[in-house]
Amino acid sequence: MSLRVIKPGLLTSIQDLGRKGFKQHGVIVSGAMDAHSLRIANMLVGNEEGEAALEITLMGPTIKVEKNCLISITGGNLSPTLDNKVVPMWKPILVKNGSILRFEGCKSGCRAYLTVAGGFAIPEIMESKSTYLRAGIGGYMGRALKADDVLQFNEPSKNLDDRTFKGSFSFPKWFVNEKEFMPGGKPHIRFIDGSQYEYFTDSSKDSFVERLFKVSNQSDRMGYRISGPALKLKDNGELLSEAVTNGSVQVPPDGNPIILLSDSQTTGGYPKIAQVITADLPIIAQVKPGESIQFSRVNLKEAERLFLQKERQLKELKVSISLALKKWLDI
Amino acid sequence: MPEKLLNKTACTLSPLGDSAIVITFGNGMEYSVHKKIKLLKDLLEDEPFAGFIECVPAYTNLTVFYDPLVIYKEQNKSNGNETISPFEVVRSILEMKLQDLKEDKKLIHRTVTIPVCYGYEYGPDLEYVARYNDLTTDEVIHIHSTGEYLAYMIGFAPGFPFLGGLSENIATPRRSSPRMTIPAGAVGIAGMQTGVYPISTPGGWQLIGQTPTKLFLPNVNPPSLLQAGDIVKFHPITDQEYKEMILKEGIQ
Repeated sequence: MSLRVIKPGLLTSIQDLGRKGFKQHGVIVSGAMDAHSLRIANMLVGNEEGEAALEITLMGPTIKVEKNCLISITGGNLSPTLDNKVVPMWKPILVKNGSILRFEGCKSGCRAYLTVAGGFAIPEIMESKSTYLRAGIGGYMGRALKADDVLQFNEPSKNLDDRTFKGSFSFPKWFVNEKEFMPGGKPHIRFIDGSQYEYFTDSSKDSFVERLFKVSNQSDRMGYRISGPALKLKDNGELLSEAVTNGSVQVPPDGNPIILLSDSQTTGGYPKIAQVITADLPIIAQVKPGESIQFSRVNLKEAERLFLQKERQLKELKVSISLALKKWLDI
Repeated sequence: MPEKLLNKTACTLSPLGDSAIVITFGNGMEYSVHKKIKLLKDLLEDEPFAGFIECVPAYTNLTVFYDPLVIYKEQNKSNGNETISPFEVVRSILEMKLQDLKEDKKLIHRTVTIPVCYGYEYGPDLEYVARYNDLTTDEVIHIHSTGEYLAYMIGFAPGFPFLGGLSENIATPRRSSPRMTIPAGAVGIAGMQTGVYPISTPGGWQLIGQTPTKLFLPNVNPPSLLQAGDIVKFHPITDQEYKEMILKEGIQ
């Protein structure tokens, strides 16, 4: 039961929802950059929401499917095809043994998530299957995928061996409305004040919300370097290192902010002007280098409300997908 | 920014996003501040509240990470109030914990001794550190290995200790151009700090030696040999001893 990697793509790695509870040991959280897309992709194949998926970046891999399986692809649209036919995203897809999955190029977003029913048979390290690239642990041999890697997956709860196929794959009519999770248009990111927000000059605070910030090429899973008007401190004091987290916006002395993301260090010593709200982190994950971000300031109460709203939405989605999936697979 | 000064233990509480809260006890690297951080951390870990994920100590503060969804569910069980703020809930839990903080309690520190092979190819900057401080290399080794260092926090890299207590007689600024790779186990000095690199990373520290001891243990719980609050000592070993220990540790 496996997927065989023919071409690895730009950066394809195993990620789940990350390691929780190990930051105090200096161990980064890792995990999917767009956690909402990962969770939905798992719901669509009947897995636990936090099961590991392939996180596929910009230029996707070529993969040979070596057993009938149920997969789903969500997140950014990197033009997936199976045996040269376009595969719809945000749906469960039954795939025939021997089919070739390709990604033809980035149409929208930046990262896609591929899940398989049963989940990847990958050992957990520190309670997670996520790849920790820098330390070379977790995921598939602690690294991004390479050609000839063979990814085993676990037996799904439903046996798919006796399925008959007209073509390489089949899918139901229904789908998840991606608009609710992939807003599209100009990326609009909401933040609450960072721990050192008051250290910044008034004009810097104003520019941060009034001007656009461009995502530089030096942007990866550790963080996005963004550039715009240089952000300045009122006084140049030294800050002692302290905990940082996914979404912390640090400003090094050159004035160009860094948005820390899934693979960020656990601690940092630069002042933090902002903290991106949890609900909007998946939006950043889908922003490509070269695109510009518009920030807007909200209060903590609003950040909490938006978080709970998103969670409620995901919970409702899970219930309806689960019913529809059962019905479809039993036909 | 929500902040509050408590009567008993002076500190401020502020949010780090919508899933963490920072409790700040001071503004400098001080033992008294470290002590309060450690006491609160122990208290929280002994009796974790529903939704508690972990807490991360730093020099002046403790950051408590929580799952707002668990807290929300927990609250809704008792009263169907939808307008509850997970931050406010955690803040009031922490304020209660802070009331219980016994500041006169003595901290018990674990002492961890780390063997170091100084100089040779293991410490390419040892001579520079000696010259910079007008000392012989033996004097640098003596000063470094007789010091007692307090691990204030673990961060930057997995298992990397931020150690306080370096003698100013061997303090040396960072290298002007950082190395592209520093091997795992490298022992270095940067300004008034000393530390050990648990994994290979780029870095600008002055390297004075190398330890065969593994500081990052991904298959062990906890995965970091050192914990905040540990006392670290360095013990000089010979080239021969280093090689034997490497064989024992099973490192290539």
